[in-house]
Amino acid sequence: MQEGRYKIPVVEKILSTNDQLAEENARRFDRLGVTAVNIMAAPGGGKTCLILRTIEALRGKRRIGAIEGDVASQVDSQRIAAAGVPVVQINTGGQCHLDANLIRGALDCLPLEEVDLLLIENVGNLICPVEFKLGEHKRVAITSVPEGDDKPYKYPAIFQAMDAVVINKLDLLPYLDFDLSAFRELVRALNPDVALFDLSCKTGQGIEEWAAWLMDADV
Amino acid sequence: MHELPVTESILEIIQEKAAQAGASRITRINLVLGAWSGLVDDCIQFYFDILSEGTPAEGATLSFQRIPACFRCRSCGVEFEPPEYDWSCPQCGSLGGELIAGREFYVESIEVE
Repeated sequence: MQEGRYKIPVVEKILSTNDQLAEENARRFDRLGVTAVNIMAAPGGGKTCLILRTIEALRGKRRIGAIEGDVASQVDSQRIAAAGVPVVQINTGGQCHLDANLIRGALDCLPLEEVDLLLIENVGNLICPVEFKLGEHKRVAITSVPEGDDKPYKYPAIFQAMDAVVINKLDLLPYLDFDLSAFRELVRALNPDVALFDLSCKTGQGIEEWAAWLMDADV
Repeated sequence: MHELPVTESILEIIQEKAAQAGASRITRINLVLGAWSGLVDDCIQFYFDILSEGTPAEGATLSFQRIPACFRCRSCGVEFEPPEYDWSCPQCGSLGGELIAGREFYVESIEVE
């Protein structure tokens, strides 16, 4: 043992415990053949609506399950359950994101053997969910047209880390100053391999392409 | 916004390392945080002061090394710090680049006695 004051090198990622739990979740998904998708967006971006549209579009093609993350309330999970898919609501009680441990607990409450595609709705937030891996195969962010086309400048980390970005509420485009091509260009500047979807959960525009991408993501 | 679980995690890591080394007190924690890590120094400090009470890390100094974000241009390879607006490469003008720094988020070292 050294005497006096001395330095110990650590170099350990601060969220390594979460990362380890996420890897455990990922192994569980792979073992059971479940494709897990982590859906992130600001509050009101259309996460629940996108999940409902996806359930509709993939009915008879994929068996879907869902995890709904919110600070409070069962509102979202009731809507999903009404669409006839198994769903677990996680109420974080104030925590601004889901983490791998919360997902691990939720998985015990789902009939995973009967699920092909697990859609995880994260807490509405563009910052915190990015840092916490859940064990998912794909990470998706939704930006809705009323939020503005400058969001990649303000929240670069989320756009840099996604497999897909869904541009939702496209039906509102004629009423707003959202520059679709500028937004796309900015997202690609950060993340050239990202899949981009122009979509409206209201009208159903673009849902088919999005659903096809999800089917291609099968594990 | 997620500094509470982050600070809990920091405390867990450093106490484990200090215990392994047989140290009785942690006096300084050197953290590396990227500009795009989404974490606020003051907020970590605030939680640390509360959470470290009664632990070997109570009263330790938190030191934050901030790493600025850095793009490597995908066209010409030049490295540059992206300004708040307009991510055009200063050399060739193409937009954005591969993010090669700015997402760091780890405990670099601790000082103990």
